[in-house]
Amino acid sequence: MSEVIKITTPLSDEVVDSLKSGDQVSIKGILYTARDAAHKRLIDLLDHRDELPFDIKGQIIYYVGPTPAKPGAIIGSAGPTTSYRMDPYAPRLMEVGMKGMIGKGNRTQSVIDAMVKYKSIYFAAIGGAGALVARSIKKVEIIAYEDLGPEAIRKMEVEDFQAVVVNDTYGNDVYKEGMNKYKR
Amino acid sequence: MNDIYLDLSKQSSFMRTVEHASIIEAVKNLSMEANYDLATDVVTAFEKGKEQEESPTGKAIFSALLKNQNIARDEQVPMCQDTGFSVIYVELGQDVHIKGGSLEDSINEGVREGYADGYLRKSMCEPFTRKNTGDNTPAIIITEIVSGNKIKIVVAPKGGGSENMSRVTMLKPADGKEGIKEFVVNRCLEAGSNPCPPVIVGVGIGGSSEKAAILARKSLFREIGSKNSDPELSEMEADMLKRINDLGMGPQGLGGTQYALAVHIEKFPCHIAQLPVGVNICCHAARHKEVVL
Repeated sequence: MSEVIKITTPLSDEVVDSLKSGDQVSIKGILYTARDAAHKRLIDLLDHRDELPFDIKGQIIYYVGPTPAKPGAIIGSAGPTTSYRMDPYAPRLMEVGMKGMIGKGNRTQSVIDAMVKYKSIYFAAIGGAGALVARSIKKVEIIAYEDLGPEAIRKMEVEDFQAVVVNDTYGNDVYKEGMNKYKR
Repeated sequence: MNDIYLDLSKQSSFMRTVEHASIIEAVKNLSMEANYDLATDVVTAFEKGKEQEESPTGKAIFSALLKNQNIARDEQVPMCQDTGFSVIYVELGQDVHIKGGSLEDSINEGVREGYADGYLRKSMCEPFTRKNTGDNTPAIIITEIVSGNKIKIVVAPKGGGSENMSRVTMLKPADGKEGIKEFVVNRCLEAGSNPCPPVIVGVGIGGSSEKAAILARKSLFREIGSKNSDPELSEMEADMLKRINDLGMGPQGLGGTQYALAVHIEKFPCHIAQLPVGVNICCHAARHKEVVL
């Protein structure tokens, strides 16, 4: 496997442009979590020209709904959820400065096009390895929509959060490339 | 009166009473166990998959999954944050009398307690408002009445991501076996990386639209790597597995040779006008634990 590239959030356009599909990355810094219901609320805010509950510029949104933390633990299991459900919302968030998304699974072409246009990256973490992924999460705080339970927006501090670049700012897609390589 | 008594005594089983509390306890414990610890057949399939996988990334993913399973088992935490909706499959002996509460209420209470005490995620919501029910109930309960005086309970939490990739179709009888294979292989191609591959592909053939779906789900409870007792189905399973893996999608869809660990088929007769097919794709967190009460 190729060398692991270390990146720190927030991400600059320069860093974003340097990443290529298939790159293995280790992420350090802040991630904001949001999935289905939280995305709907964020877009409602944008529709009403209201402020988002956090400054999204340069940030990565992690598509995750963790399990409750056991007593003494920082967080429960916290692997990625399937990303395509956020496709209707993702381009709007890229438009206002979001630089990265972490999830699993294919994105629609309009989202891939938006990543090229607004310079944003789609990363995949290992789906279903929630207990392992949780080890890279060092601090968690709910910052909005507590009523949504597992879907509340959390601010996470991570170290050595491992992911793969699926879609880069050049329109490449590791799912297609990987499949072509091993197709028989 | 004596005659009736004698007749009953000749039956293979007597009427038996099962306390509803024991059903609650069983469902509660199995909900936690299923989410913390994969069955041996799944772990063995990971080890075999890692060995056979040709892509280095794919091999690394199998290693990560094995490591994840060890953490979950040792620390008693969920292997995946999606601890699923609760599929509870019950084989209820017709000579069982449940005392103290209904079967449905007992199962839901077991889910409620297991998901609270086990720090499992509550994922059930109202379809329109999307408001969370808060305790992962109601469970999806599939009941079959069988002979005997025992209750078999299978607890199989299923993640939303892989369940979303499930489909039922009504093929034409003319489509035949090849039509079924094509539908299943294409379903996997369309599912791609979404259902958390490596996956297990459950296929239900025949019955009716809902029967095919239930057969597909039930087929997932079979031990991975076990041979289908029907040679014709066994051959179809092997052929489909090869065709699915030859697509090259691999673990997590990142490219490789081991997208699916197994294909399981269950078959049932159907109407002369029909050929129903259900596909239920299960993620690598193939969780199912069972008990007989």
